[in-house]
Amino acid sequence: MDAKTGFFYLFSVVLLYAAFRVISARNPVHAVLHLMLAFSQAAGLWLMLKAEFLAIALVLVYLGAVMVLFLFVVMMLDVDIEQVRQGFWRHFPLAASIGVLIALEMAAVLMGGFRGIEEPKAAVLDAAAGQGATLSNAKALGQLMYTKYLYPVEIAAVILLVAMIAAIALTLRKRKDSKAINPALQVHVRAADRLQLVKLEATRAAPEPVAEEKQA
Amino acid sequence: MTPTLGHFLTLGAMLFALAVVGIFLNRRNLIVLLMAIELMLLAVNMNFVAFSHYLGDMHGQVFVFFILTVAAAESAIGLAILVLLFRNKTNIDAQSLDTLQG
Repeated sequence: MDAKTGFFYLFSVVLLYAAFRVISARNPVHAVLHLMLAFSQAAGLWLMLKAEFLAIALVLVYLGAVMVLFLFVVMMLDVDIEQVRQGFWRHFPLAASIGVLIALEMAAVLMGGFRGIEEPKAAVLDAAAGQGATLSNAKALGQLMYTKYLYPVEIAAVILLVAMIAAIALTLRKRKDSKAINPALQVHVRAADRLQLVKLEATRAAPEPVAEEKQA
Repeated sequence: MTPTLGHFLTLGAMLFALAVVGIFLNRRNLIVLLMAIELMLLAVNMNFVAFSHYLGDMHGQVFVFFILTVAAAESAIGLAILVLLFRNKTNIDAQSLDTLQG
């Protein structure tokens, strides 16, 4: 067993363990942290498959941005764990048997059909990248993305823009209990808006004090 | 024996099955549901990268790039909806979303 095989099994076992902890952890924060572990192991596997750019993008974009976003949200929400875990063990036997069934069936088909395909030689990979000369993974990917896949890349950019606007628009709100004031209204106020002079006419004559004293 | 294409595809299948089990088990917990979807997408990406390497075709890696983009957008909007839900209902129980009587 060479080092490559050893690394494959190491990454795989840790990846599957982390995935299992994601779905079984009581605390959502632990689940997110195990998901980060799972993604880092997947990045290691992708490095073994010579997809360096995607492995690093997975670490930067997923571990660095998306998982931190998850962590923020999980820590911000006050989740009632008992309520959301209700029925967890009741569904466990059915879920476990279906999961084992799916895994066994797919593994049987895939191992039967694709076990014979060994790693290709470097010359084949170079020919696939197009140039004949040895290209780095990032360069080959970039050449493909900015020529053949130019319009899909632009659509992906639009999708990201839409996601950003949607996320902001969904969570934007005006607080009802806020006492913040609009500075523009403050600056443009005039004296007439603040103070109003009202002229009142005297409707009744003042009583004469001298006459009252006489009566007493 | 060195890992062949079948080994990587089997790993992807097991990861996908684990994510399906996670959706079964955590039907009430929306956060874990979102994380199980992320695991499924990771399994799919694993298959794409493995095929791309073993068949010597770069197009699979381009596809993984687009899947990563869409997954990032999906999780951002999903988490925004989650925050909105928590603000309105003060819990994240998926079973409490029965206002439409569906």
